Amino acid sequence: MKQPVRILVAKPGLDGHDRGAKVMARAFRDAGFEVIYTGLFQTPEMIANAALQEDVDVVGLSILSGAHMSLFPPIIEALRQVGRDDALVIAGGTIPATDIPRIREMGIAEVFGPGTRLQDAIQFVRERTGADDPEGST
Amino acid sequence: MPRSASPETLATGVIGGDTASIARSITAIENDAPAGREVLDRIFPHTGAAHIIGVTGPPGSGKSSLVNEIIRETRGRGKKIAVLAIDPSSPITGGATLGDRIRMLEWHADPGVFVRSMASRRFGGGLAQHTLTVAHVFDAAGFDPIVIETVGTGQDEVAIAALAHSTVLVQVPGMGDSVQTLKAGSLEIGDVIAVSKGDRPEAQALARDLRRLQTLVDDMDGLMHGWRTKVVTTSATERTGIDTLLAALAEHRAWLRDSEEWELRTRRMLGTEIASRVQQRLLADVVAASESTGDVIEQVVARSVSPLAAADRMLERLRSRR
Ligand SMILES: Nc1nc2c(ncn2[C@@H]2O[C@H](COP(=O)(O)OP(=O)(O)OP(=O)(O)O)[C@@H](O)[C@H]2O)c(=O)[nH]1
Ligand SMILES: [Mg+2]
Repeated sequence: MKQPVRILVAKPGLDGHDRGAKVMARAFRDAGFEVIYTGLFQTPEMIANAALQEDVDVVGLSILSGAHMSLFPPIIEALRQVGRDDALVIAGGTIPATDIPRIREMGIAEVFGPGTRLQDAIQFVRERTGADDPEGST
Repeated sequence: MPRSASPETLATGVIGGDTASIARSITAIENDAPAGREVLDRIFPHTGAAHIIGVTGPPGSGKSSLVNEIIRETRGRGKKIAVLAIDPSSPITGGATLGDRIRMLEWHADPGVFVRSMASRRFGGGLAQHTLTVAHVFDAAGFDPIVIETVGTGQDEVAIAALAHSTVLVQVPGMGDSVQTLKAGSLEIGDVIAVSKGDRPEAQALARDLRRLQTLVDDMDGLMHGWRTKVVTTSATERTGIDTLLAALAEHRAWLRDSEEWELRTRRMLGTEIASRVQQRLLADVVAASESTGDVIEQVVARSVSPLAAADRMLERLRSRR
């Protein structure tokens, strides 16, 4: 049997809305992932250090503030600094589709904005990491 | 460090205290990857010094918040501390929410603090299969103490006591009367009992009850071992009682060291680790030797073979294979 894949779910930014992050954490847990949930107000350094110590395969960022264009680069840079730029980074939240190409260029593997389903994100991460599907549906 | 680093490189890194090497080695051990065993073989001669402390207690009793304060106090005394925080895996999907780290985020940039979350992966007793093995990695890297936070436990999950030098049992006010407390099998495993959320009004009464109860228990058998369980009231929100808790733990450690207990407990811990590994490997071998256990289970379901007879049959298949 394959071992579960580990994902860090964090909510960077200064706004106090963690609903999106909680929903993301829960969906990945229900899909058989091991989710390290660190919640609100995560600085790039906090995210990078958690990714390093917890040795996660995936970093999931939940964004709500609209400041996403300025939030992502320092996170990617912090991950690089600690040598964890190999982690698969995905982002979800209120991100307009027009921004997505530029965000991908920043080093975020995929963006799940309004209108996408969490199942799509889970499917994407499964394909990239080879994670098991506990329901065996795919 | 590249993800393909050799076990030799990882082991050297661990002994040198390198964070990436420690993190990677733990993953290998947790996943039963061959590299995990190779790293362990190399680092194991460098272990044995650290004080391993178990922290256990009911769900939501304040274990992680207390551990966060233990970190603060320990760092104040200039020591490197590692935390292994275990949370339960879903028996159905295998997924888990590891939510202990969120109480200890303030130390993320401190190289003297290592927090690692671990899912129980369906191992029983509020622990994960490789709990102590992971602690060896921290030990080799020079962390001392090493704190293991168990899954929030019920009344009979006492396995942590066999894997730690000292066990802190967290009890929280407002969870039933002293009969509940008396019934809880876990009460006897506490070398130190921390009454958490000491800022709550009922905390003092609970501490008093526990002290009375403990005096009774100690009068019966505790003195035989020469250690009187200490009851300490702590509050993570008001940061009180933490120094007393650490003093009690230091006293327990000194007592272990001065008696034969340190060696006895170390033997028990390592013996438990070996036994649990043998169990794990043997079960895997039995299942592999049976190729498909389906037919055996069919017969048991049909009530033509009893579960115990089925187990014997599977073991026979393994033996006849050799
Ligand atoms: N009043 C008060 N509340 C506390 C204290 N310590 C923790 N809490 C609260 O108790 C709840 C649980 O705290 P945790 O530290 O996560 O408890 P835990 O035992 O680690 O929980 P699990 O790991 O899920 O079993 C949180 O809402 C804390 O804010 C305390 O000293 N006083
Ligand atoms: Mg906890």
